[in-house]
Amino acid sequence: MIALTPEQAAADATAAILADFTGGPHRGVIVDSPPGAGKTTLVVTAATTLADSGERLMIVAQTNEQVDDLTDKLASKAPGLSIGRLHSDGFSVPSRVTRHPGVTTSNKIDQVEACTVVIATADKWAYVSERTWPWAIVDEAYQMRSDKLLAIAALFDRALFVGDPGQLDPFSVVDTERWAGLAWDPMQSAVAVIGRLNDLPVHRLPVSWRLPASAAPLVSEAFYPFAPFRSGTAAADRELKLATAGFPVAWDRTLNEAAATGWALHELPNRHTIRTDAEAVQACAGLATRLLQRGAVAHDENDTHPVSPDRIAIGCAHNDQVAAIRAAGVPAGITVDTANRLQGREYDVTIVLHPLSGRRDATAFHLESGRLCVLTSRHRHACIVVARAGIAELLDNHPSTGRVQLNVPVKFPDGWEANHAVLAHLSDHRVQA
Amino acid sequence: MSVISAYARALAVQTGRAQPVATVRHVHLSATPMVFIPLKLAGEAAAPLAALVGTDPANPRLLVVPQPRNRDLRFAFMAELADVMLPYVESFAGVTETVEAKTPYERSSDAPQLLVPNRGGIAFTKLLGRSTRFRRADGPYPVHPSVPVLGQWLTFLAERAEYAGSSALVAMTEVLALHWATGQSPMEDANLATQLAWIAPPAGQNGPEAALAAEDPLTSPPAGPETHPDFDGQVLDHAIRAYETSNSPAQVREALRTQLEPTWTLMWQAVRLLRELPEAATVDARWAKDRDQFTRETARLADGGFPRGRIDGAVSAAIRLADLESALQTYEAQRAFDDPLVMTEHRVAGKAFSGEVVAVDATRRIVPPGKTRAAPRPLVTIRTSDPVRLSPGKRLSSSRNRKQKTEIVSIARDLVVIQINDQMGRGSTPAPGSVPEVGEIVCYAELDPSGGQRPRLPSGEDTPWTHGGPPAPYVPTDEDAQEAWS
Repeated sequence: MIALTPEQAAADATAAILADFTGGPHRGVIVDSPPGAGKTTLVVTAATTLADSGERLMIVAQTNEQVDDLTDKLASKAPGLSIGRLHSDGFSVPSRVTRHPGVTTSNKIDQVEACTVVIATADKWAYVSERTWPWAIVDEAYQMRSDKLLAIAALFDRALFVGDPGQLDPFSVVDTERWAGLAWDPMQSAVAVIGRLNDLPVHRLPVSWRLPASAAPLVSEAFYPFAPFRSGTAAADRELKLATAGFPVAWDRTLNEAAATGWALHELPNRHTIRTDAEAVQACAGLATRLLQRGAVAHDENDTHPVSPDRIAIGCAHNDQVAAIRAAGVPAGITVDTANRLQGREYDVTIVLHPLSGRRDATAFHLESGRLCVLTSRHRHACIVVARAGIAELLDNHPSTGRVQLNVPVKFPDGWEANHAVLAHLSDHRVQA
Repeated sequence: MSVISAYARALAVQTGRAQPVATVRHVHLSATPMVFIPLKLAGEAAAPLAALVGTDPANPRLLVVPQPRNRDLRFAFMAELADVMLPYVESFAGVTETVEAKTPYERSSDAPQLLVPNRGGIAFTKLLGRSTRFRRADGPYPVHPSVPVLGQWLTFLAERAEYAGSSALVAMTEVLALHWATGQSPMEDANLATQLAWIAPPAGQNGPEAALAAEDPLTSPPAGPETHPDFDGQVLDHAIRAYETSNSPAQVREALRTQLEPTWTLMWQAVRLLRELPEAATVDARWAKDRDQFTRETARLADGGFPRGRIDGAVSAAIRLADLESALQTYEAQRAFDDPLVMTEHRVAGKAFSGEVVAVDATRRIVPPGKTRAAPRPLVTIRTSDPVRLSPGKRLSSSRNRKQKTEIVSIARDLVVIQINDQMGRGSTPAPGSVPEVGEIVCYAELDPSGGQRPRLPSGEDTPWTHGGPPAPYVPTDEDAQEAWS
């Protein structure tokens, strides 16, 4: 295993998955994929392999954006394939999808069902009936709530479920304790339910192509303790350079640290604050602004390009923090969003407002390992974490004490432990403001 | 805690009196609600100890279990409770009205409403239902035939209480907290006596003083279902021993009466306070849902319906989750549109805004995405001083016409431009009154009173392989009533 190059390891894994899916005895195959491990590439490969052997296939993704991305990639890879993009009434399909001659778009299933591949969101599929497909691929299956799978499961015979187990679990605004412990608890992810009720093979993608060599070991150890992966690139393949030297001030020192090592902890003085901590918000917006002003350039295995605003993201836990950071003056084009919406996205540099920064307590919401995992695994080059000092002490004062529910499978990693692992690593990259 | 409720609590501390956080009453209050104050035996999961129950403030019925460890006495208690509750519940079943719908149907004109002191009361009601609904009048441990019927109704009411906006089974402390903010923490608000002391302190006292006095367990015993440990050890224990030697429940009854009567008085005081508030506009529509469900349950039981299972199947769980979410979404939106004080919370949070219409482009027509023909899509510009935290493309609703769908086109400083998408009649220009006019004060919010759409789910017998396949059909057995804790 060690002797394999990342390319060989990934190719072996893909071959094993396809063999199991198309030739194995099971009705379903689960693929766990760490961040940026070529999940979409796998979906496209599986789809084209099936289509080449003359099979009809349905693809399910969770958001319209994911569906459009997939359609675009699939049509680019296999221009001869007839693809039906099923969408909801009133949705305008973006040009990156409509530019492909092989793609038919419609809001009516009869218009696209003749296509070899039909692709739509889970919500749209729920309104399709009296038709079946021999094969299905469910993308981002860990983001999918199991009740959504229930609505569409009658449409296919066999399915490939692909997703990232380290991301955020589905959530609901209502009290769902009633179903805790049931194998078909509708609040679990689709993968958790099929995994508990069926004996299905589970595969793993072993290489992250997104995360740089500086990030893969930490993310793997902290968030995927039993499914380790490695970076597809070596330390020398990725380099982030700042065109100007910068001033000896905290923001610039933080950027220097991030450019040099791939990580930086911009640490503000210990204080209990409200959620929209003005100083932390200012730091997030200021760091993004300075990053653009100093002209960052990213070199990677493919090319050398300036880090433009669309390659930068600021992530946080709450919507009001997003609004506050936007209001603090972020250069146009930079993405500011919550962890939930950053799932599945990729940037060169990310700036993260730590979910526990300035808090008095560590609630289950703020401790959830998926939230921190999403926030710290979106970058190709560097991740800057903005936080108040004192999070480690806060964690020690609030050991995780969720209610114990019978029959609920233990989930790894524990959010408390994952938070500590990330903090311990960041403490070597601390810049005090 | 929202900014408004934090502010109201601070104000309550400053003024020494609870502050209103609602201008109208958001729950239905029946003309004849039944107040139910259950107590349970400490250390047991669901051993009833006593209850004070009734619809007449002057005439409560006290029911006790003189030896709560005796299972026969517990079920005798449940039969007595059935004797009070079932005639009340069933009195609503006969009178119906016809609902004008696509397919007209019958709905009960009124429905039972049970008021319990706190959330613990709802949880205990649910447990009582669970411990009785599987019992049978024949077989190994027979109970009175009314007991399982009562269990079915308690279960129905407790399950309705999970739906936001339902008024079938109501926890009084939660309803009061919905309308008044006290100067105590939300956890302290779960104590009916201190909460009411803040809201309506006795003459000559302010809220904190009255609340302090109400913390004394001698004058204000706990509102249940738990009893005070001192009472258990010093009073109840002796009374139960006395029952065992004398076989007379008089001492137990007297002891429990002292624990229950103060709460009984408080419950009816709270009912009077709530009656003073005018009812919110959509309360009636939500109560109609409760009545619909009551009508369906009556019909189901009349058909000899099985007791509801302890756990939900895969399909029923998914349906219930979708319904719970839809009920909550509808309730939150309706509450905000019914009550400007509730809407303020959303406005402060940036999810809603209010302001004056400064410009209207009523004749604008565009070809909507996915369509081929031009349709009216008027633009309305609103000037607001609210901190709007919405982005273009967000769908909004307004209390002007709650069904009308609108979306944000742009936000520039204090000017918000919205586009109106429907509810403008069939003509080529919007029908009169369907679009706001210049000078009108309007309020738009990112709230959807429609509650969204539920996708079609398979029936239970068609549960797919992914969710474990179809469950085995239910066959009642003598073991159904067995529980690890009973």
